[in-house]
Amino acid sequence: MMRFQAVTSPHVLLETSVGQVMRRVLYAMLPGIAALVWFFGWGVLVNLVIATAVALVAEAAMLAARGKPLAPLGDSSAVVTAWLLAVALPPLAPWWLTTIGVLSAIVVAKHLYGGLGYNPFNPAMVGYVVLLISFPREMSTWLIPRGVGQAHALTLAETLRAIFVSTPVVDALTGATPLDVLRTKMGLGFSVAEIRNSPVFGLVSGHGWEWAVLGFLAGGLWLIYTRAADWRIPTGMLGGLALISTVFYLINPQKYAPPWFHLWSGAAIFGAFFIATDPVTASATPRGRLIYGAGIGVLVYIIRAFGGYPDGVAFSVLLMNIAAPTIDLYTPPRVFGARRG
Amino acid sequence: MVIAVLALSALAGASGLLLGFAAIRFKVEGNPIVEKIDAVLPQTQCGQCGYAGCRPYAEAIAAGEAEINLCPPGGANGVAALADLLGRDPPPPNADDGMEKPKMVAVIDEQSCIGCTLCIQACPVDAILGAAKHMHTVIARECTGCELCVAPCPVDCIHMTPVAETITTWKWACPGAAVRAVA
Amino acid sequence: MSRLFSFHGGLKTVRHKTESNTFPIEPGPLPRWLVIPLRQHMGNSAKPVVQPGDRVLKGQMIGQPDGYISAAIHAPSSGVVAAVDLRPVPHPSGLADLCVTIETDGEDRWIEREPVDYRRLHPSDLRNLIRSAGVVGLGGAVFPSAVKLNPGGHCERVDALILNGAECEPWITCDDRIMRERAVEIVAGLTIMAHLLEPREVLIGIEDDKPEAIAAMTAACAGTGYAVRAVPTRYPSGSVKQLILLLTGREIPEQGLPLDIGVQCFNVATAHTVHRAIAHGEPVLSRIVTVTGHVHRPRNIDALLGTSFADLIAQCGGYRDSVERLIMGGPMMGFALHNDDVPVTKATNCILAASAEQLTPEQPAMPCIRCGACVDACPANLLPQQLYWFARAKEFDKARDHHLFSCIECGCCSYVCPSRIPLVQYYRYAKNEIWAREQEKEKAELARQRHQARQERLEREKQEREAKLRQKAPPRAAAETGAETTGGAG
Repeated sequence: MMRFQAVTSPHVLLETSVGQVMRRVLYAMLPGIAALVWFFGWGVLVNLVIATAVALVAEAAMLAARGKPLAPLGDSSAVVTAWLLAVALPPLAPWWLTTIGVLSAIVVAKHLYGGLGYNPFNPAMVGYVVLLISFPREMSTWLIPRGVGQAHALTLAETLRAIFVSTPVVDALTGATPLDVLRTKMGLGFSVAEIRNSPVFGLVSGHGWEWAVLGFLAGGLWLIYTRAADWRIPTGMLGGLALISTVFYLINPQKYAPPWFHLWSGAAIFGAFFIATDPVTASATPRGRLIYGAGIGVLVYIIRAFGGYPDGVAFSVLLMNIAAPTIDLYTPPRVFGARRG
Repeated sequence: MVIAVLALSALAGASGLLLGFAAIRFKVEGNPIVEKIDAVLPQTQCGQCGYAGCRPYAEAIAAGEAEINLCPPGGANGVAALADLLGRDPPPPNADDGMEKPKMVAVIDEQSCIGCTLCIQACPVDAILGAAKHMHTVIARECTGCELCVAPCPVDCIHMTPVAETITTWKWACPGAAVRAVA
Repeated sequence: MSRLFSFHGGLKTVRHKTESNTFPIEPGPLPRWLVIPLRQHMGNSAKPVVQPGDRVLKGQMIGQPDGYISAAIHAPSSGVVAAVDLRPVPHPSGLADLCVTIETDGEDRWIEREPVDYRRLHPSDLRNLIRSAGVVGLGGAVFPSAVKLNPGGHCERVDALILNGAECEPWITCDDRIMRERAVEIVAGLTIMAHLLEPREVLIGIEDDKPEAIAAMTAACAGTGYAVRAVPTRYPSGSVKQLILLLTGREIPEQGLPLDIGVQCFNVATAHTVHRAIAHGEPVLSRIVTVTGHVHRPRNIDALLGTSFADLIAQCGGYRDSVERLIMGGPMMGFALHNDDVPVTKATNCILAASAEQLTPEQPAMPCIRCGACVDACPANLLPQQLYWFARAKEFDKARDHHLFSCIECGCCSYVCPSRIPLVQYYRYAKNEIWAREQEKEKAELARQRHQARQERLEREKQEREAKLRQKAPPRAAAETGAETTGGAG
């Protein structure tokens, strides 16, 4: 008589782990990051390195403090959070800015709420919003991209000095983001067409930016293809944004930017594929995810067009995070055999 | 000023009338909370709570005279159910940790039984069969494991034995709990 | 007309069919000892009608059905009853159950068999024959077939009779082989079922990875009007609910039966046993068992019920090195056995000896990241991660409200979960707890009633005693008592 281990079915499982899903997200960000590095220089990479290091240390410290095994460190979820935040920061953000942002994300937004899987708010966006509200000046000082004005690539040494010793960079090299320009000049009474003639704008949206957007779109589509992200959330978000921006564009094309500009500007594409798709904080039902995405899209437009900030992806995601449980409650799928309708 | 006072008074009056009407229209006969508590109790009628049976204990709980953690057969699940029903915080289980005992059934050693009928009189659910001077036996299916028959027996021929697990009563364990050692 | 529908979710799993399906069915051994469990079906256990020492013939009834939902059990070979006692049976618990043990005499002598012509019998007599032949669903659910062949009350008319040859679980090939080799007898049994149910159409669903079986069944169906349909190879197409949806586009209502939508569904091997029972008078004594995995010669074996798993493994050349787990059924829904000294039952469609490479190693569960992979995979269209939270928090009422009992335990959710949470195991646990609590509640209610009855009886006896006392007592005392009582009442 042979004895065997008694374990429960199913006895075979798909070979996909949380770590794999997270690493796919990291890979998918690479093309967009490459474009950002090309146009904005070393600072982007330095930010990523600082954020990754801080995130890993913070994650390990929090796991240890909570008496949990350190194994989840290998799932790379902290690195994903760090990268999402770092990509959204100005390329010459001082080191302490990045550190504060990542600590807010990992310590407060993630672990104080119970760690991976339990946090109600997108950690990276909590970190971003903390910085945006607390340090508005640092957060809006962007480099002007390569190919605009007198921009020239800073050397690594210059970059490191700017980030770690806060040596001021020549004013000619810094500038506002395209969405910032749009919003400021709109306030001065310029029409959309006039503003678009400014050199910070390229073919579709911001010069340089639009290539990064293309990179993130490619990575995002690959994420959908590998099922690491749900197609419904980006579809809902971009659909919602496209719909509402089209409506306003048709009402007054002088006052409101065209839908393609909105879709291709700021963090819309990046947010749709990489931020809003964070499953932990999103709606969990299929229909709910479409609604959740659409809600973010609409809120992004409202904040951009009528709010006090040039872009609104972070606020929109956090607002819809609050709504996610309610959305889930009202959008359960029709169970097999239940009556239709 | 006068209008405000009048308006508020009118509002208060209307609300009062509505409440009064509701009290009459939706009046509940009897004391349903006792029934509800009784339904949660395990009905072993064992008296371990210090009351004469499950219903008296339910009445005592409803009257606020008894804690909800006095029922060992109900176990932690029972306390939780009562706490849920009454909206109270579940108190810690009563004293010694003997709350979760395995289910027991009384067995009469038929060799020693002298047919005194004392156990039959003690059984709260009429689960013991027999007559004077005749051997008694427990209907295992009806036995609630209350142990009330054990003490009265003059020849100590009643024992409580755990109910053996069978294929039909076996349950899957909660995943994550310690894996049962392979027998 | 021949349109196929589709179901939500499901998976493309590993297949592993060719290990065992390229060889013909082999007859099983005639072991010295046969251990025949009396519970080999859904419903009540059969009642033993033999005692130790009794001589039994092959095909003789040794356990009679107990109640409507129950089935008869027969001696698979001739010999002497050695014991009627508790023996280990194939069950996830590893517990023992009541079994009849027969020491075979090697003669394999049949009881007298009575073949009948089904067309000459009244439907209820025909159903009784099927019932007393111990015919149950051989797909794995082992529900008594006679009950399912009685459409009375559920629907006006049966629209579709469906024969399930999908066999969607990896590794298992017993239905594939029986369709290839015994298609004519399967169709003969199907004809008897159709005679009883009088359906508008008869459909046979087979997954399209079994072209030989489809060809054999199509050939056997020639001239009958029965339609063989190839369904896409997608787990769990062989689940009753999913197969009916695939073939008819109709969904069995929640908590309902196939007959509620005018459909009835049987496994192909069940049709085969119906034919043997009626046309040959042979009760269910054996079944085809796929023995596969990490054994030297994977095969399908026509094994006598009661044959030890170890004997079948031996017939297949024994275990290869490092078999870690012995599974009855497939890798998706089958359960692991504690050891191989358990008998083949009517539910044993497959014995899978799995090595470490054929299994996914056990890993600690990570937190749920609500990725929704389980939602996409669930063929019942549930929200598995939500049910998981409820089951884990022991909020069983909420789990039930969120359709826990629509779960068919196919295991798709656990299969795709990147956090390796044993989701389906949580649902089994929650279902068990809910059933146990219901039973406890029923028991408590019974005890309450008995207690109340006792209180009333004691009260009545007391009053009767008092009444007797009053009659016997002198009139004056009685008057006094009466006055007191009145006074008290006043």
